[in-house]
Amino acid sequence: MLEMATKTDTRLSGKLAALRTRYPASDPEMVAEVVREVLLTMRGDLSARETGLLAEIEDLGRVISTARAEIAALQVDDITASHIPSATDELDAIVAHTAGATDSILEVCETLDRVAGGLLGEPAAALQDATTKIYEACSFQDITGQRISKIVATLKTIDAKVAHIVSAFGGAEDGAPPPRAAPLTLDRAAPHGHPPLHGPQLPANAMDQTGIDKLLASFD
Amino acid sequence: MTIDKSMNVLIVDDYKTMLRIIRNLLKQIEFQNVDEATDGAEALAKLRSGSYGLVISDWNMQPMTGLQLLQEVRADGRLKAMPFIMITAESKVENVVAAKQAGVSNYIVKPFNAETLREKIEKVLGHA
Repeated sequence: MLEMATKTDTRLSGKLAALRTRYPASDPEMVAEVVREVLLTMRGDLSARETGLLAEIEDLGRVISTARAEIAALQVDDITASHIPSATDELDAIVAHTAGATDSILEVCETLDRVAGGLLGEPAAALQDATTKIYEACSFQDITGQRISKIVATLKTIDAKVAHIVSAFGGAEDGAPPPRAAPLTLDRAAPHGHPPLHGPQLPANAMDQTGIDKLLASFD
Repeated sequence: MTIDKSMNVLIVDDYKTMLRIIRNLLKQIEFQNVDEATDGAEALAKLRSGSYGLVISDWNMQPMTGLQLLQEVRADGRLKAMPFIMITAESKVENVVAAKQAGVSNYIVKPFNAETLREKIEKVLGHA
C-alpha cells in the first residue's frame, strides 16, 4: 500500500516537473492543489443509500431505453398518420351512407303520404300510421350521427395522448419539452355560462321523457 | 282551447334530415305552414321579420345554439311570449334546468315519437 502511494507520488512529481518545463509561468503548487481537490471528490466509499439510488437510476435509464425501443418498434406514428384518420374517415362514411339511406326512405314515405291523402277512411289512417312510425324510426339517423361524433372525439383524444407519450418517451430532438396532451373531454364546447353539450346518453345514464316532464313540472 | 293549425311554425335544426322528419310529422298532425332554419341566427332573422306562432328548435347548433336562440327570443320585446319547444338529444339535468331557466315552453328529448310531439305542442299552445 505504502509502496503504491510512493509510486503514485513519484509519478505525480514527474508530471508536475514536466508541466513546469512546458509552462514555466504556471505555479506547480496551484496545479497540485487542483488535482488534489479533484481526487478528493472521487475518493471515499459511496454509502449504501447512494449505491441503491445509483442502481435505481441505472434501472430507470434501462426502463426508459427499453420503452423508447418498444415505442419505436410499435411504429406509433402509424396510429396518428394512418390508423386514426382512416377510422374517422370510415365513421364519416357510415354517417354519409346512413344519411343517404334515410333520405331515400323519407322520400318513399312522402310519396306514401301523398297517396294516403287521396284515400279515405281506414286505408288512409292505416297508411298514415305506418308512415308516422317510419318517420319516428328515421330519427335514429340524427342520434347515430351524434354518437359517431362522440366516437370521433374519443379517437382524437387517444391520438393526442399517444402523441404525448411518444413525445415524452421518444424525446424531442431539439430538447423542447413535450407538448401538453389535449384534455380528455368528450363533451362539446358551449358558450360561456351555458352547460356543456353531452350528446345522446347511453340508456342507463339517460333521463327519459317522463323524467324530463317531472323535472319541468317541479318548476311550476 | 282550439289550436290554430294554420299558424306559421318555425323548425330549427342544423341537420336537414331532422328538419324533414319534423316537418312531415307536423304535417301529419295538420300543421301545414312549416318553415325551416338551419341555425339560431337564421331562425332569429326569420322570427324578427316574419309572423310565427311556434318555434321548435334543436339545441346543438353552430354558431348560435338553440339555447342562445331561446335567450334572444325571450329578450326581444316582440318575441318574448313566443311558444318555444326544444327538441334535443341533451338529456342531462343541467341542460333541462338551463333551458327551463331560459324560459323554454317545453322540452322533448330525442329520439321522440309523433305522439310526444303532438302532446307537447297541444300543451304549449293550450297555455299560450
